[in-house]
Amino acid sequence: MEDPIYWPSFFFLLFSAIACAFAVAVVVTPNVVRMAFYLVLSLAATAGLFFLAGADFVGAMQIMIYVGGTLVLLIFGVMLTSQDRFISMKTSNFELGMATGVGVCLFILLAVAARSIPEWHGLTAQQVAEIPLEPTAAPLGMGLLGARVDSPDRSGYLLIFEIISVHLLVVLVGAAYLARARRSRSGFSLTSDG
Amino acid sequence: MTQLTLASILTQPVGVSHYLIVGAVLFVCGALCMATKRNALGVLMGIELVLNGANLNFIAFGSPYLRKASETMGLDGQLMSLFVIVLAAAEAAVALAIALNFYNSFNTIDVDRADQLQG
Repeated sequence: MEDPIYWPSFFFLLFSAIACAFAVAVVVTPNVVRMAFYLVLSLAATAGLFFLAGADFVGAMQIMIYVGGTLVLLIFGVMLTSQDRFISMKTSNFELGMATGVGVCLFILLAVAARSIPEWHGLTAQQVAEIPLEPTAAPLGMGLLGARVDSPDRSGYLLIFEIISVHLLVVLVGAAYLARARRSRSGFSLTSDG
Repeated sequence: MTQLTLASILTQPVGVSHYLIVGAVLFVCGALCMATKRNALGVLMGIELVLNGANLNFIAFGSPYLRKASETMGLDGQLMSLFVIVLAAAEAAVALAIALNFYNSFNTIDVDRADQLQG
């Protein structure tokens, strides 16, 4: 008896393979420009995984804020500090070997823990088909404003929303102040004396 | 453990544990990136990977499609991951500003050279 392919699982495999492969590539490559590019692909594939889990709004935010904003910042950082000797900095083989060993052990621990709970192994296709499809943007917005429409016994997040709003404002003002272009009194910039 | 085989994954829906394994890969890669990269921006990229792996776990625990709807975190997972995304953006901005300052002062971006504060 041959089961037909369950396409959401196929796309899960596709996106997770892209995400994992490029995450490994970020670690392996010594070139910082390529690292930034691989990171873009890995994060975009993760957004695909968010869509597959039913989190459409968070997936869109992942693409807009992470891939569109944070990584543009990082790439500007790479461009602003890209002298030839910093583009490709090697790590010693001993450190790489140690890190690989520790990483493999950590991954085995996490993977065994993730597989060890039977309730986490997934639903049947029929159970999934019975779940009503609903967009999450409106409930998320209500949750951020303090009212939960999905489960009334849980509390909303108005206070945290306010805190991270002010936090983001303060942090971005501080970052702009820290990173401003400095000029010395005599008119030469600090970076020109190399 | 037979459910890990490729054929059974392709014919039935995935569960929370599959998402957790992908999140574990991202987390481990990010941690290794933070530990081994000498470029300060490489360390930053490792932090982004770690936060992204944690985000994936939040989404997986909040999704109704991956395990029984009565047990999931509901919208809490998605709200948490939104907060993580916003805080990651703030963290990246500040860390980048610090890295640029460091580069302007010492004319290097190698974190091994940032040893002025050692005792």
